[in-house]
Amino acid sequence: MTAAPGTTIWFAQHESRLAWRDWLSMITAGRRERLRRVAIAILVFAVFMHFVAYWMVGPYADAAIDKSMLVTISGSILLSWLLMVSQAMETMTRAFYSRSDLDLILASPVAANKLFAIRITTIAIAMAAMAVPLAAPFINILIVQGGWHWLGAYGLIVAMGATSTALAVGLTVALFRLIGPKRTRLAAQIVAAVIGAAFVIGLQVAAILSYGTISRASVLQSQAVLAHAPDLDSIVWWPARAALGDIIPLVGVLALGLALLGIAIVLVAPRFGEYALVAAGTGNFSHAGARRQTAFRPASPQAALRRKEWLLLRRDPWLVSQTLMQMLYLIPPAVLLWHSFDNGNGAYALLVPVLVMASGQLAGGLAWLTISGEDAPDLVATAPVPPRFILRAKVEAVLGVIGIVFTPLVAVLALASPWHALIAATGIIIATAAATSIQLWFRGQFKRSQFRRRQVSSRVATFAEAFSSIGWAATAAVASASLILAVAPAILASLVVLGARFMAPRQS
Amino acid sequence: MSQRMQQAMFPQKFALEISGLRKAFDRPAVDGLDLKVREGEFYALLGPNGAGKTTTLRMVAGLLRPDSGAISVSGIDALADPVAAKQIMAWISDEPMIYDKLTPREYLEFVAGLWGIAPDVAEARTQDLLSWLDLTAHANERCEGFSKGMRQKVALAGALVHDPRVIILDEPLTGLDAGSARQVKSVLRERVDAGGTIVMTTHILEVAERMADRIGVIAHGRLIAEGTLDELRIAAGAQAGVNAVASATLEDTFLALVAEQAQAA
Repeated sequence: MTAAPGTTIWFAQHESRLAWRDWLSMITAGRRERLRRVAIAILVFAVFMHFVAYWMVGPYADAAIDKSMLVTISGSILLSWLLMVSQAMETMTRAFYSRSDLDLILASPVAANKLFAIRITTIAIAMAAMAVPLAAPFINILIVQGGWHWLGAYGLIVAMGATSTALAVGLTVALFRLIGPKRTRLAAQIVAAVIGAAFVIGLQVAAILSYGTISRASVLQSQAVLAHAPDLDSIVWWPARAALGDIIPLVGVLALGLALLGIAIVLVAPRFGEYALVAAGTGNFSHAGARRQTAFRPASPQAALRRKEWLLLRRDPWLVSQTLMQMLYLIPPAVLLWHSFDNGNGAYALLVPVLVMASGQLAGGLAWLTISGEDAPDLVATAPVPPRFILRAKVEAVLGVIGIVFTPLVAVLALASPWHALIAATGIIIATAAATSIQLWFRGQFKRSQFRRRQVSSRVATFAEAFSSIGWAATAAVASASLILAVAPAILASLVVLGARFMAPRQS
Repeated sequence: MSQRMQQAMFPQKFALEISGLRKAFDRPAVDGLDLKVREGEFYALLGPNGAGKTTTLRMVAGLLRPDSGAISVSGIDALADPVAAKQIMAWISDEPMIYDKLTPREYLEFVAGLWGIAPDVAEARTQDLLSWLDLTAHANERCEGFSKGMRQKVALAGALVHDPRVIILDEPLTGLDAGSARQVKSVLRERVDAGGTIVMTTHILEVAERMADRIGVIAHGRLIAEGTLDELRIAAGAQAGVNAVASATLEDTFLALVAEQAQAA
């Protein structure tokens, strides 16, 4: 049954249909015939995750509630909530700046605020819906092992989705008004990345400085934190208690979340169209002459390609902010390096896998941008340059950036521990080569602006890239202690890469 | 001197020779196409949607591998030596593909680098082209805020900066305003007058009528008629079993030819 056109329910139906089709397209990479296979894979993964959850949280389902438990649960909730805020800000920014159907809606005679109210609500639902698949195995196991009261955790997820969206809407609009529409896009991306990573990084940095370890649990479980934690009946623990199924805290956080979301909708929805129009009116023109005009430099075709890739990377703050999250996670190892160097407590072995993992991930993202994310594929393909030279130049552009980012870290590590620096450098080279090769084998033709959806283009490439980076990081970690023992993880990581090569589509 | 004698004394050079070209996707897109374009000629390729025009030109530009057939660009076998063929060719599609984060100057410097043009030559040509296309004032602005017309002009400048002998254009005037379209047409005409060869697909029949030296009509992946506008009128009249109407426009002629082909199919 279809509601009357222009009503809130009609818009909700329209939005839910679009969201459903978008989701289907995302999980099947645009191929509906894959739906059955994807559904089976999701089912298998869900069962597997329930086993993982049983192993991880099963023993704690009936544990007594004390400060230590509340601190741990609250820490996990805060971490998840900050990630939701980050994601909601990202979505909100896109809603302001991507035109898609806004022109149609704003040009139509319907009351657009109804649609925007629905869109903000949709963001909140999406945030909660994204958290459910990750949290559900753990909550389900806790329900089975500990009782129905753990159902409250689902209510908490709804509250978290609502509050994170409300805060994201507020922050984005505040940025919009404070620094203007032109700068908000980049600023919001950076703020979102920082919010998402700040809590974990903060805990890790505190752990390094206080305990010489990178484990954030050491801070949450420390005597200092427990001693300063509020009493058990404090309102601070309401989110944790809501997750545990206490009715009053659960109703409280749900009411607060929905109220905040309601306020955000009432205040922002009527102005959303206005903001979108202003965002659309921010021309991207640079002033003539503002950019320094330099004489043309001699360059071989490969050098011209490398220069172009680096220039495009440097000039695209949106892409830079997309990769910023990965770079932010390099801060704790850098602090650990500095701290260990200062104290000589030999925690270098912890650094090696982090550096290797980060290099693999960064190389994968950059390789996609340079190899698959080509905005003028016809131009490059019609240039009088053999295709292998073009690919080589693009790979060299990736290696150049990896070299610039990781050489200083490895150099400092070499001053403290040449052996660990050698292992890290070898691991970085191998992880970078593996991630770049995977992107090369699975290369496609996309716009650079599709970077966010690169995982959708090939699930095999995405998983292979992730498992390869993890495998090489594990190999490097083991190799720090024993080269012989590192053979086993190295073989596994190699199998991942070989498997990806085997499954890669044939390139014409 | 008769035409036959003239051809014997001065053998014609072809900028583009296509023979037996085939390409099938789900169904044949190009089906044994034969085509010859003379040097210094402005050749327009017309046809209904899905006739195989773009597929043909993409194969010529080296963007698609044909299933069979031969393509020769100024005597160079484009399938055996694509790099040499690309060196003297330029390709522009209806959707200008340029880099938003580069300025027109930087874009042209990049293109010149790809084609291995000496920096001083490339810089001089860049200045001429930017001035010619009224882009000098925007030379140092990033392309991200440019209109479709400006983007198409930047793409055109990129195609000309390496001084190609053969320019392949797929619907280059789509979406351009009258002023921009006139500028692009004038630049193309000047290239032909200077000895260059242009092969262009277009849906704007008036452009083909006014600008093209010869016109080829393609349907179902095959060339169904070819010649000057007068020759096409005669061909259309012959197919219809009537005398050619001298005043028939290219649109009338084109529709008659395509309708005949559809009936025959």
